[in-house]
Amino acid sequence: MSAPILQVKNLTTRFRTERGMVTAVDQVSFDVAPGETLAIVGESGSGKSVTALSILRLIPDPPGKIESGEILFDGQDLLKMSDAKIRSIRGNSIAMIFQEPMSSMNPALTVGMQIAEPINLHRRTPWNKALEMARGLLGKVQIPDPASRVTAYPHQFSGGMRQRGMIAMALACEPKLIIADEPTTALDVTVQAQILDLLKDLASNSNTALILITHDLGVVARYADRVAVMYGGRIIETAPARELYANPKHPYTRGLMASVPRIDGDTSRPLIPIEGQPPDLASLPDGCAFMPRCKQATEQCRTTKPSLRQVSEFHFKACLIDD
Amino acid sequence: MINTPSAAMRSNGSNTDEILRVENLQVHFPVTKGIVFQKQVASVKAVDGVSFTLRRGETLGLVGESGCGKSTTGLAVIHMLAATGGRILFEGDDITTFDKSQVKAFRRRVQMVYQDPYGSLNPRMTVADIIGEPLEVHGQDKDNAKYRARISELLDLVGLAPYMADRYPHEFSGGQRQRIGIARALALEPSLIVCDEPVSALDVSIQAQVVNVFMGLQRRLGLTFIFIAHDLAVVRHISDRIAVMYLGRIVEIATRDELYKNPLHPYTIALLSAVPVADVEAESKRARVIVKGEVPSALNPPSGCRFHPRCPMAMDKCKTEMPALVDQGGGRVVACHLHA
Repeated sequence: MSAPILQVKNLTTRFRTERGMVTAVDQVSFDVAPGETLAIVGESGSGKSVTALSILRLIPDPPGKIESGEILFDGQDLLKMSDAKIRSIRGNSIAMIFQEPMSSMNPALTVGMQIAEPINLHRRTPWNKALEMARGLLGKVQIPDPASRVTAYPHQFSGGMRQRGMIAMALACEPKLIIADEPTTALDVTVQAQILDLLKDLASNSNTALILITHDLGVVARYADRVAVMYGGRIIETAPARELYANPKHPYTRGLMASVPRIDGDTSRPLIPIEGQPPDLASLPDGCAFMPRCKQATEQCRTTKPSLRQVSEFHFKACLIDD
Repeated sequence: MINTPSAAMRSNGSNTDEILRVENLQVHFPVTKGIVFQKQVASVKAVDGVSFTLRRGETLGLVGESGCGKSTTGLAVIHMLAATGGRILFEGDDITTFDKSQVKAFRRRVQMVYQDPYGSLNPRMTVADIIGEPLEVHGQDKDNAKYRARISELLDLVGLAPYMADRYPHEFSGGQRQRIGIARALALEPSLIVCDEPVSALDVSIQAQVVNVFMGLQRRLGLTFIFIAHDLAVVRHISDRIAVMYLGRIVEIATRDELYKNPLHPYTIALLSAVPVADVEAESKRARVIVKGEVPSALNPPSGCRFHPRCPMAMDKCKTEMPALVDQGGGRVVACHLHA
C-alpha cells in the first residue's frame, strides 16, 4: 500500500454544552491511502460526522473546539495552518459531500456556477472556461443533457441529481481526498446504488482517497476497503472490510451485526438487539463506553478505558476482553 | 386495463379469516389553479388502483420508494384519508361508506404507529396521558383504578416500566418513545395496526429492539399488521407477505420467502439488487441490476406500465398497455407483461 495521504493522530474535539463539556471525538487516529475507501461507521452521536468536520476544520468554534491531535494531509498538519491556507485546501485538494444536497447548495445560484466556483477560486480559471468545465463535470456524473442543466437551479433537480451535482462540485478541482458524510441517506435505494457506484468509480479511476461516513453496514460491505467502527466518540475497532465482517472482534461490532436484518440468508434467525441505549456523551462511564450494554463486561471494563490493540495484522480493537 | 381485484382475491385462497380487503383503491389529490375561482387542472394519482387482502394475524409488508403511495395507502386504510375510488372492506364492511359514528367505532379496531417518535407524541402530556388518551376518547373514566391498571399493563406489554407513566416524552430515547407510540396504538385493543416506517428514525442497534417488540406483540395478542417501510431487510424480517408498490400501483405481491428468493417483476428485482448485504463475502458474489433514472412524478406518470422508462426489460407493449395483476400461483400476483 502506498503512503497515506491523510493521517489523523489522537484527534480530540470537544463541545461546550449546557450540560458541560462533551467530548464528541476522543483520541481518534486513522489514516487513508490514495485510492482507498475508508468507511467510518457508527450510530448517531458516535462522533463520525464531527471527525469528518474536524478534518476540514469546519467545527463551529464556539461551542466546539479541536482540543488536540494532528491531522497530517500530504505531510502538513491541517490544524497548524492559517485560515487562508486551510481555505485554499477546502474544496480544492480535500472535498466534502454532505448528506442533504438541498441545503448544501445555494438555491439562488445555478448548479453550473456552484460547480465552477471552486475552479474559478482555486485555479483562477476565468468564469467562462470554468463554466465549460462544469458542463463537462455534469456529464461525468451522468446527468443527462449537461449543456442545458448547467444553467438550471438546484430546485429544478431531483434529489439524486442534486447529489450528482454535489459530486461534480467535489470533483471540480481533482481532489486527493473526498469526505462523503452520509451521502445517500436522504435518497431512495435504487438511487443510492447509482450514486455510490458512481462515486466509487470516479474515486478509484483517479486514485482519490475516499472517506465514507455512514451508519449502513450494507453500504460499508459493498463499498469500503477498510472500516473504522466508532462508538461514544472513539474508534473501537478497525480492520479491512472483509476481515471485519468475517471476523468481528469487538462486542459492539458483533452485536451490531447480529441486530441488523439481512435481505439474504436465514429468515428464521432472530434479531438479537443490543440492549440499552447509545451512550450519553455528557456522562460517559469512566471505563469502556460500551460497558453498560456489554454482556461480556468485567469489573476492569468499569474502570479502564480500553485503547486500540492489535488482534491480527491489520485488525485492531479497543476492548479489554480476550477471546 | 384496470387491474382486477379478483386476481388479488384469488391469491388469498380461503376467505374465512380475511380481515381486510382493498379493492381497486384510488386516492387522487386535486391540483388546483387560481385563488378565488379555483378550478382543478390535474390530479396527483398517489394511489391508483391498489388491491390486496389481509388475513387475521398476518403481517403484510408494504414496500416501495418515496412517492410510491405506500403511506397514502396506509392512511386510506385507517380512514385518515378519503378514498376517491374503490372499496376498503374491513371485516366485511366498506369503510369508505361509513358515517361519523361508524368511523368512531372503526377507530377502536384500527390504529396507527407513526414514523417520527419525536413528532408524534405531545411534549406537554405525560406518558400516562398519551397512552390513556384513546381510552378517554372512547369513554373510559380517568379516575378509575382500572384505567391506571390498564396503562401499567400497556407499558409492560411494550417493555417499559410502569413507574415511567408520569414522565414526559423528552425524558425518553427514540426507541423508548416508539414503544410509547406502540402502547398508545394498543390501548383500545385494535385488531389491525398500520405501522408507517416505525423503525426508520431509530439507530441501527435500537431498530432490532423495536422490531422484536412488534413480533412479540403479534405472537401474544394475535395482531394483524400492515408494515410500511422502505428498508427491505427489516420488512423481510417481520412480514409474512410483501406487496411492492411503484408509483401508485402494486407491481408484485408474494410470500416473504418467494419474493426475496425469486422476485419476478423487474422492479422488485432491481429494488432487491440495490440493497447491499451487510456481509462482504456475500455482497461480492451478488449479481447487480442497476436501473437508470429516478421515480417519475405521480402528477404525470408514464403511459402503459409505469416502470417502463426505467425497466431494463421493457418491450413496445409496455409503453402503451398497463399490465394487470396476474395470479402466478402460490399466492403470488405480478403486474408485468413478461408474466402475463
